Formats: sequence, C-alpha cells, structure tokens
Amino acid sequence: MGARPKKPLDVPVVEFKDVTKVYDGGSVAVQSASMRIGRGEFVFLVGPTGCGKSTCIRLMMKELEPSRGEISIAGRPLSEVSRSRVPYLRRNLGVVFQDYKLLPNRTVYDNVAYSLQVIGESRKEIRRKVPDILRLVGLSTKLHNYPTELSGGEQQRVSVARAFVNHPPLLLADEPTGNLDPETSIGIMQLIYRINRTGTTVVVATHDKEMVDKMRRRVIELREGRIVRDERSGLYRPDESTQEFAIRLRGELGIGAEGHPN
Amino acid sequence: MRLGFFMREALRGLRRSSAPALAALLTVLLTAVVLGVFIPIVQATTGTANEVRSRVVVDVYIKDSASTVEQADLRRAIEDTANVKSVEYISKQEALRRAKEKNPEAFQEGAELLGSNPLPASFRVTPEDPDKLGQIVQRLNAGGEPQLSAIDEVRDREEDTDKILSATGLVKGLTAGLAVLLVLASVALIANTIRLSVFARRREVEVMKLVGATNWFIRWPFVIEGMVVGFLGGLLAVLLLAIVKATFIDPLSDRFALLAAPDTIDFPLLIVVLMVACIAVSALGSAITLRRFLRV
Repeated sequence: MGARPKKPLDVPVVEFKDVTKVYDGGSVAVQSASMRIGRGEFVFLVGPTGCGKSTCIRLMMKELEPSRGEISIAGRPLSEVSRSRVPYLRRNLGVVFQDYKLLPNRTVYDNVAYSLQVIGESRKEIRRKVPDILRLVGLSTKLHNYPTELSGGEQQRVSVARAFVNHPPLLLADEPTGNLDPETSIGIMQLIYRINRTGTTVVVATHDKEMVDKMRRRVIELREGRIVRDERSGLYRPDESTQEFAIRLRGELGIGAEGHPN
Repeated sequence: MRLGFFMREALRGLRRSSAPALAALLTVLLTAVVLGVFIPIVQATTGTANEVRSRVVVDVYIKDSASTVEQADLRRAIEDTANVKSVEYISKQEALRRAKEKNPEAFQEGAELLGSNPLPASFRVTPEDPDKLGQIVQRLNAGGEPQLSAIDEVRDREEDTDKILSATGLVKGLTAGLAVLLVLASVALIANTIRLSVFARRREVEVMKLVGATNWFIRWPFVIEGMVVGFLGGLLAVLLLAIVKATFIDPLSDRFALLAAPDTIDFPLLIVVLMVACIAVSALGSAITLRRFLRV
C-alpha cells in the first residue's frame, strides 16, 4: 500500500481470517478466505457468477454466519455481535444491491428518509439531509416519484443515496451495475468513487471485469470460493477528480463523453 | 415523536395496501357479527337450561301427626344437610291451594266431598347442585327408610329429574362446544387474513432490515395497522348489531320472555368484549405473522 495518500490506521475496516462458508445444502461458497481492507480503500471483489462474491458481502453485513473463521468489521468480530445488535451494525454499513431493493410504496424522498428515520434522526435533520444527498446523486427533480416511475439507473442512484445518507464508514455494493447499461454503469461507479473520495471504505462485488481493470483499484479475485488474486498495485491517481475519472473511464471503455448529467 | 411516526407509517401501510387491509377488516367484521349474535344465544340457552334445572327439587312430606317441635327438628336437619340451597315449607292449606290451581275440576268438589284436606304438609328442598340430588335423598331417606320420625315420605321424582338433567346437560355442553369452535375459527380466520396482507409485504420488511431497522421498529406500524383494522371491523360489527337489536330484537322482547331473559350479557358489555377481542386478535395476528419475515 505504499502509494496511498493517507496511511490507513492499523485496524482494518474489514478483516477476514480464514473464513469458510458452507451452505446448508453442502455447497461451499467461500473457502479459507483471508483479507484485510484498510480505511478509505476502494476494493473490487471479482469473479464469475457463483464464485462467492455475494456471499462475502452478505457475510460482512452479518446476513450470513461463517461456518469457520472470523470476520471483523472495524476491529470488532462479527461473532460477538448479538442478533439484537445486528440492526445497529447495519446502520454503519451502506449497502447497494443489483436489484436496488427500494421500498416500492414510498417515494424517492421517503425511501432515503427511511434509513434516517430508522436511526431516530429528527424530522428537521431529515428535511435537511435528504434533499442534499438526492441533489448529490442528481435526482433533485424526482423527489416525489415512486421507484417504479424511474429508470434502472435512477433507481440505483436512489439506492446509493440511501446507503450514503448517514455517511457510513463502509459502503458495500453487490453488483451495483449488474442490471445497467455501460453508460449508466459509469455514472453509478462515478458516484461510488466520489463517495470513496470522502473517506468511505468501499467494497464492490462485480463480474464486470473490464470495468474493474480500467478503474485500476485494488482487486480481489475469487474463484470457486477461494481468493486467487489480490492486486493492490493498480495505478492510483490521488488528484484525479470524479470528472476526470469519468472521462478516462469513458475513453477507455470506448463510450462517448457527452450526454450524462454528472 | 416515535409514536407519531409509527402511526403515520401504519396509516401509509393501510393506504398503500388497501385491498388486503379491507379483506382483513371484512373478516373481522363478519366474525364479530357472528360472535355478537352467538354469544347472547349461548347465554340465553344456558340460562334457560339452568332455569329448568333449578326446578329440580326434593319434596319431604310430613306426617300429619308430627308435632311442631318435630317439624322444627326436621327443618333444621334438612337445612344442615350438605348441598341444600333452600327449604320451603308448604302447609296443608298451601298444598291444597296449589293443587286446586293445577287441577281445578278434581279438587274443587273433591275436597268438599271429603270434608277434610287430604294433602300433607311438606318441605320443598332446592339443591345447590342438581346433579348431586341423590346426596340429599340419601341423607333423609337412607335405604328407603325415613331417618326422622316426622318424615312421612321423601320424593325426588326421579324420572323427571333424570330427564331434565340429561337434556339440559346436553344442551349446555353443545352450546359451549359450539362457542369454543366458533371462537377458534374466528381467530384462525382473522390471523390468516392478516397473514396474507403481511406476506404481501415481506420484501418491504426485508429491505427495512437491510437498512438497519430493529425488529420493533418494523413491527409497531404493523401492530398499529392490525389494531386499526380490528377497531374498525369491531366498530362496524357493533353498529350492525345495534341496528339489528334496535329494529328486530327490542320490539320482539316485549312479547317473548326468552329474548328478554335476564341472564344474557348486557349490550354495553358485549360491545366491550367484542371490541377488545377484535383489536387484540388483529394486533397479535400481525405481530406473530411478522416474526417469520424478521429473521434476516
């Protein structure tokens, strides 16, 4: 991690120690995986479908329990987090899914507001924060639309806004661009990159290998549940703005630079 | 602040999934109406059965020759017997008057013809528990032998008593069984309907868990929703029952004694019972069904 602008603190944000997850049916999803993800890192978990990426994400948010080994988030072993404390763990994690997982009977505004209501935020704070974050993701004109009235990219923006509105120290994204076209995907990745630049640690599971290679971030590759590659040496440009980032990405993916609001 | 939020969430839930909520409300309404009709019927039936059972008595006939002291001793002996609820003295004159009333032709002239009153005085003994009538008879008339000198004869009209006891016992058992079945069916029906409406929103619950909502944070709006549905359903049912009572039952009760039987539940109490039951069953139904979807 030599070229990092800020030296990460000693306690890793995510740590897997020899983690194995065997599902009830006997299929092995993750096998003896160990990794450390430091504060402020941007990490891709890559690999073909079924390699265990999603399982890793779900393990990190304690939706699943590992069969063996130990997972720590911010130095705290998840095995010590009791069932009733899991909601409080999740409030410190922003999560983005391939299928957005928005509440269908709430407006864009209410979907984002819900994750603040959950932590007991005052109405005044909610009224201040929600429009802010929605402006950040470029949806300030669609506050009162329902999720079904939005495009896939817009729905994913809502979901990113919801994940980031409490400024969690860790953002997990499971195939955030899996349902989106390449241009929209860049917009979402740009957003996530921007969030990472505020100091949030980001873990993105994806099988879009091309996009990953172009983004030049730390890559952990899984194959049949094992970590087969962990490259930390991707080119890193500390001063790259999100605009430059998007322009470079579009250039390298061969997509025209014009036409996107962000 | 929290309560206000939960209330708003519950109302939103009702608005946004009005079809399942309406189904649950109708179910509550219908079962409450059925129960509201059935509870007084059960009570009237039981009351009538009890009334019939209270007519089960033992007559202890007194020898004409018995002295006042002996009669007083006998009365005390009867009153000291277990399971005796009350003792009524029927004098010879009273016995004749009652007999005349029952059968005017036979006694009108008969008594005059005889010149004297042939009927004996008696104690009419009402038991505490009609099913244990035998105890009293046994005590006063062990083995067919009167136990006190003043007793002429002890009669419990065995055959009539047995018939009354078995018939009323059957009626009471049947109505009680039906009532239990009906209550169980109502609870199952309401719980099942609520289950469907919660099931339709299980994805929503999953998402709430993912953004870090605690179980009670998710549960309260559902419970309040259930309470609102139960309250509205119960209220409509009570209104319906009140209308039916005012238009059909009240005018009739002037003419038929049974409908005005004093043992049936007061209407206000019936309302309270139904409302509480509706609200409790609906709220509990919501909370319990939700449990399955909260395990994420």
